[in-house]
Amino acid sequence: MPFSTLTDIQAKLSAGETTAVQVAQTYLDRIAQYNDDLNAFVHIDPEHVLAQAEASDAYRAKHDARPLEGLPIAVKDIFCTQHGPTQCCSNILKGFEAPYDAHVITRLREAGAVLVGKTNMDEFAMGSSNETSAFGGCKNPWNTDCIPGGSSGGSAAAVAAALTPAALGTDTGGSIRQPASLTGIVGLKPTYGRVSRRGIIAFASSLDQAGPMTRTVKDAALLTSIMAGHDAGDATSVADAPSFDWLKACEAKDMKGLRIGKPKEYFIDGMNEEVRAQVEAALQKCQELGAEIVDISLPHTEYAVAAYYVIAPSEASTNLSRYDAVRFGHRCDNPEDLEDMYARSRDEGFGSEVKRRILTGTFALSSGYYDAYYLKAQQVRTLISQDFKAAFEQVDIIATPTSPVPAFKSGEKTDDPLTMYLSDIFTIAVNLAGLPGLSQPCGFAQDLPVGLQWIAPAWQEDKILAAASAYERATDWHTKTASAFAGKGGES
Amino acid sequence: MSWEVVIGLEVHCQINTKTKAFCGCSTEFGAEPNAQTCPVCLGMPGQLPVLNDEAARKTILTGLAINANINLESKFDRKNYFYPDLPKGYQISQFAVPIVEGGYIDIPTPNGEKRIGITRIHMEEDAGKSMHEGLDAVSHIDLNRSGIPLMEIVSEPDMRSADEAVAYLKQLHQIIKFLGVSDADMEKGQFRCDANISVRRKGEPFGTRTEMKNMNSFRFIKQAIEFEALRQIEILEDGGEVKQESRLWDSVKNESRSMRSKEEAHDYRYFPEPDLPPLRITQEEVDAIRAGMPELPNQMRKRFETEFGLSAYDADVLTQTQSLAQWYEALVAAHPANPKQCANWLANELLGRLKEQGKDITESPVSAKALASLLDKIADNTISGKIAKDVLDAMMESGKDADTIIEEKGLKQVSDTGVIDAMIQEVLDANPEQVEAYKGGQERLFGFFVGQVMKASKGKANPALVNQRLKKYLG
Repeated sequence: MPFSTLTDIQAKLSAGETTAVQVAQTYLDRIAQYNDDLNAFVHIDPEHVLAQAEASDAYRAKHDARPLEGLPIAVKDIFCTQHGPTQCCSNILKGFEAPYDAHVITRLREAGAVLVGKTNMDEFAMGSSNETSAFGGCKNPWNTDCIPGGSSGGSAAAVAAALTPAALGTDTGGSIRQPASLTGIVGLKPTYGRVSRRGIIAFASSLDQAGPMTRTVKDAALLTSIMAGHDAGDATSVADAPSFDWLKACEAKDMKGLRIGKPKEYFIDGMNEEVRAQVEAALQKCQELGAEIVDISLPHTEYAVAAYYVIAPSEASTNLSRYDAVRFGHRCDNPEDLEDMYARSRDEGFGSEVKRRILTGTFALSSGYYDAYYLKAQQVRTLISQDFKAAFEQVDIIATPTSPVPAFKSGEKTDDPLTMYLSDIFTIAVNLAGLPGLSQPCGFAQDLPVGLQWIAPAWQEDKILAAASAYERATDWHTKTASAFAGKGGES
Repeated sequence: MSWEVVIGLEVHCQINTKTKAFCGCSTEFGAEPNAQTCPVCLGMPGQLPVLNDEAARKTILTGLAINANINLESKFDRKNYFYPDLPKGYQISQFAVPIVEGGYIDIPTPNGEKRIGITRIHMEEDAGKSMHEGLDAVSHIDLNRSGIPLMEIVSEPDMRSADEAVAYLKQLHQIIKFLGVSDADMEKGQFRCDANISVRRKGEPFGTRTEMKNMNSFRFIKQAIEFEALRQIEILEDGGEVKQESRLWDSVKNESRSMRSKEEAHDYRYFPEPDLPPLRITQEEVDAIRAGMPELPNQMRKRFETEFGLSAYDADVLTQTQSLAQWYEALVAAHPANPKQCANWLANELLGRLKEQGKDITESPVSAKALASLLDKIADNTISGKIAKDVLDAMMESGKDADTIIEEKGLKQVSDTGVIDAMIQEVLDANPEQVEAYKGGQERLFGFFVGQVMKASKGKANPALVNQRLKKYLG
């Protein structure tokens, strides 16, 4: 049961072999047993979880089951939920309770999902290792000395250790795909504009996109099919986005005729050689499945990280201005005056990585520097989009490693932000171009999971789902589990 | 060489939409503090703006009315600064590409019409209101105003006197009211003005400017500009330099004071608002908005002159507001014989009486139809113009119609020659010396006799008939 997929649980629920309450209880028990080891969840309200499960069972007794009926789904602490705290793993939002659900949360609830709890993350999603969380770092289930990746590290660890069959993450520069890769699960970042951002705490508005983190490609498709869709309350959510049957897209069994682009800029000196070997082997497998591998170039890739670390902090610096201690959130004791209240509240409330990005962004937007930084970065962004456009005239889809390295040790990079920023070197360009990207497990390096990243043209998640499903069918990487967390009832 | 003042104006005008610029909250004035707020205009985490199309439509209409270009693609930007009544820590505005650019309006000056350029109109949201006084030791914030849509109308530095500035503002105010895009109530802060003021010797390049803020009436604007121009001239004549700064007008002390210097000016860190895609509109949509354009004050003035034969002055008075102009047109429709007389009676008699009562035309107890029927009574000689003024007083007071009042008070004009002749005879009999003098050549005494007869009739005698009959008697 624990390492089951959403699809497995769905089948058992509809066959009457189990109930939503039993399923919820199983995962609550596992959370009680393992969360202390991992710190994947930062908030759990078992009564509320069971109440939702009971309601779901009651609904099923009277009506046809909804698409996610009774399925437990954990939620990154960045999604506002009416029930319980939403803190973005930041002291500045300590104790904050949103009076609204994020649009995506509403969609999940209406589809019958049981929301399990809030998962750990880097503070305001700023980080690649989950170590900037104000509520303590999160551990990688494959090796608890290692980080699970970030910023959606809690969601990734929770799925990888089967504390939940699925979770929601958000991805601004790789925050779904990189932790998915480092914990051996599937993570999908949909096309920008596919999923509403309303009620998701903003990091960098032009890059943020929510997506699923699951054990299989099909589960990712199932969740995205519910999350996706126009929301009149988010002007950047696209009204008539091209759509398709998400589950049907996962039925592909081979890759006949598929032209896969292999960009040379994603297989570079300095990357982990085992990671390289695993991804090369995965491409070999694709070839066996009928795909043609085409060497391509995305020439502006090397500027992606620099452009991202101008654009994202710039947007963040103003997105985070609302945490001013006036209406909600942390306020310092006995402020002397307004200036003191702002300065001290924000100094106490934000962690050092968040401060670093606010300062970087404030600087980049300053009069006299704007053209050299923000404007230049936007120009790079355009060039990167054009790179992909040109590449997709040659190939149907692009495959790369998700991360240049497997999970690293906790504390290893915390003192060196620039090295830390390079963790996202292979995921950032996708956000800058607004494209869909998916990471799926494709082997191990140093006994730690390695991820294969798929990138498709905008709105063509179906191509990704088809290729990833075919690869998943032909391999068994997705069935590997972190043995330390097999625990009770541990049949997979 | 004489000094010349150079003025450019920035007007913030509240767009009168039912809901706020980026959320569904009401814009109604005067609600309990913070009653009209929601997670969006409170700047709560994760909340996103969605543009109110009505605000854009009304800004476009204004742009068309000032002869400007409409940008079919305009962009929103964030203007960043911290203030407790600015919930998000930034104001959504339009910086790089505003929705309206490059227009003008013509204003009246003593030397004829003058064209004042309008650089741009952009949309933005209002901030809330901080209240520091009359409460406890803490400040309070009312965010009802937060997110209310504004348009900022920026002029070229084309004005050369406080009078021109006021003429421009009045004209702009009037256009905006005619368009119905804003209630533009200055007392409610719905039409606010900042002035950029500099002075120079005629023909020289522009001097250093200061920005004058907080002028909330046409009178204060005139005073503030005149004060500031003199202040700058004195500095320059003493060999000093004008400092670039923002200054606050104090309408109680009648002086301005420094608010913040150029060095202290905010760096607003403008950048494109990533939560709102560019605003795209089609030429067809612009044309449809143009098709719905009401008649503007200038057009209406000219039409009143040609169609109704009014003087420029009367046409101007009667087109001050749309409701007054409509009232006048209703009056003419009900009494088409004499539009000029309609104008006189409305502008001089009715408006004068309303002004005494502190009312405007929309509150008039006398309707256009009722005034028209009074004018009918003058035209058909039922009453004289003089008596008609008394009737109008009574109408204002009682709300009764002219017929009723004339009937009740027996004011009907006397046109019976027999009766008039009798009164004439009495007057002549009572004033034999004047009759002698008149006959001796003092013809100006004719007026005296008319007056006496009218007096004897208590004003009811038909004056034309009295004239006619008197001439006969006095031969």
